[in-house]
Amino acid sequence: MRQSVIDGAPEAASALAKEAIGEGLDPLAVIDSGFVPGMAEVGEQFAKHQMYLPDMLAAAEAMKAALDVLEPALRKMGEERPTAGTVILGTTKGDIHEIGKTLVGTLLTANGFKVYDLGVDVAPEQFAGKARELNADIVGVSALLTTTMRGQRAVVEAIQNAGLRASVKIIVGGAPVTRRWADEIGADGYAKDAISAVELVRNLLRDKSVRATVSA
Amino acid sequence: MRPKLQILQPALVDRILDEAFELLRTVGTKVGSAEAVELLGSAGATVSYDAVQLPKTLAQRALETVPREFFLYSRSGQTVVHYGGDDVHFDPGSSCLNILDSETQQPRPALSSDLMRMIQVTEVLPEFAAQSTAMVCNDVTSEIGDWYRLLLVLWFSDKPVITGAFSIPTLQVMLGLLAADSGGTEKLKLKPRAVFDVCPSPPLNWSQFAAQNMIELARASVPAEIVSMPLAGATAPVTLAGAIVQHAAECLAGITIQQLANPGAPVVWGGAPAIFDMQTGNTPMGAIETAMLNLGCAQVGKSLGLPTHGYLVASDSRELDAQAGMESGGSALLGALAGINMISGAGMLDFLACHSIEKLVLDKEAIASAQRLICGVQPRAETFALGAFAKTGLHGDFLKLPETRALFRKEQHFPSAVIDRRADPEPRSLWDRARHRTEELLATYHRPQISPGTENAMLAIASRAMKGLATQHLPGIESLALI
Repeated sequence: MRQSVIDGAPEAASALAKEAIGEGLDPLAVIDSGFVPGMAEVGEQFAKHQMYLPDMLAAAEAMKAALDVLEPALRKMGEERPTAGTVILGTTKGDIHEIGKTLVGTLLTANGFKVYDLGVDVAPEQFAGKARELNADIVGVSALLTTTMRGQRAVVEAIQNAGLRASVKIIVGGAPVTRRWADEIGADGYAKDAISAVELVRNLLRDKSVRATVSA
Repeated sequence: MRPKLQILQPALVDRILDEAFELLRTVGTKVGSAEAVELLGSAGATVSYDAVQLPKTLAQRALETVPREFFLYSRSGQTVVHYGGDDVHFDPGSSCLNILDSETQQPRPALSSDLMRMIQVTEVLPEFAAQSTAMVCNDVTSEIGDWYRLLLVLWFSDKPVITGAFSIPTLQVMLGLLAADSGGTEKLKLKPRAVFDVCPSPPLNWSQFAAQNMIELARASVPAEIVSMPLAGATAPVTLAGAIVQHAAECLAGITIQQLANPGAPVVWGGAPAIFDMQTGNTPMGAIETAMLNLGCAQVGKSLGLPTHGYLVASDSRELDAQAGMESGGSALLGALAGINMISGAGMLDFLACHSIEKLVLDKEAIASAQRLICGVQPRAETFALGAFAKTGLHGDFLKLPETRALFRKEQHFPSAVIDRRADPEPRSLWDRARHRTEELLATYHRPQISPGTENAMLAIASRAMKGLATQHLPGIESLALI
């Protein structure tokens, strides 16, 4: 199973998932012990420059193929796979570029996050509305142009105005975006690429959960 | 289709060769070796008091017996370097006296430990097909300076070697070391691991050492690489065409001596031509005209069907800066496009006066780009774009296509982190990136396995060669407690 993800082989991953269900294995255990280690390995190899974006995407596709078999089986048992967190993604108003944002979404999904992709040319209020509706943990805002990256500030303000700022972490990314810009507009995090975005989201949610525990 | 660059019109090549033959027939060449003079005189050359004039037919006869190609082999006997055709290989620059210190970034005399580090870095970089005896180690006596460098390379590397001797007696020591490494002189002849640079002195002077060197190498059937070094405007005519004529004449004379000593011995039409800077009196290796000279000289050699060599990828800057990148990167591309079989010079700074391991690591990136360039634009699928669009439509999701994953590694070269393509929040300087990469590469190096018998045979030769010398010090070898 691990290897089918590393190989980026959706057919093999799907077949192995079906086989596991047929043998009566616990779908959750199959996901966590069978397929997730493959994604972790791919992430490590990417960091070492031994795997590249197409490999990463293929691995994510294989992961998705396995989940498409295993998650319905879980639901049949009346269970849900615990999500690592809910993430809303979108590209700012006036910007129609989507590769970077889609890549982040694919990798987050493969790593156990529930992702809702609002698409491109998204108004700030849409981000806020969907975050409220889904009780999102993270809102990720992408922008490819220096002219449209200002829309990221508008999203921060919209989340603020909706009274969600305390519960929603906001992350930004895109070619012209820098850490300094993220700080300037009051975002919670910036990632330079899709891999770092997964790590960033993990860290932010860890902080969030620590704070929740402390305040409880 | 492979992209190629020819800097000379075919008619110009013919005129250059005509003048080179005429130069040898009329002016002739100085020849310092009595044995070489005897060989030339017996074959029909006119020997006068201070020069030997070669008839065109004599040089042409020599060209007829020269191999059009040969190979250099790794220790394990694999063919690694193909001298011939348009194959392109790179090796670090050679015989440098100084090193840019990795800590201080200042030049200082090179030591054995520096050469060992450079050998190790070169060993793990596939862009370098061959090692060179890159530095003169200032911590050993000059009497063993040439063969000791070779011993270190043989000790720490499996790759072929571009080397050279400083005297005839030490040439024999070096040939002995190589024979020991190959398992005997006959095996060395069959599968040579090294080529020896031999340098005539411009203009048209085959000194006693250089001429005898050609003869000894020929008799050992070990490849010689003629490194003719006309300096346009100082020790050669000022025009590029004139300097290329002189280069050709010097090479033709050397080949004639070598082929008379042993017809069929392998030889390389090589060189380190440069312009003479009329403002500073320097010999800028990073000058575009120097690159043009290298390309022109190689093209003349290619027109004769000979293996070729050039001296490029060096810079005159004294540090790792934009000038170093521009000069070295530019000439790496030009040399590769010209199809020069062996391109020496990577790592070198300051008019070849200073080596730098960090620059070698930077130059590797230029070389990798040049190697990618000459792979050209290839038709890799039945259709170039139609098939991909049939799958994605105007959605344009090419990143997820199976053929993207199958082909991107062939289409794209991935540089190391020496090349800054990442939006790091705290960008590092080029020096820091190259330094860091050097340490990473050194950490991946493993010394090749050499049989104890081979090691002992090499050490016995070294031991004999050191008899009578005040020093018995072999840094680098001793440090491993191997003798």
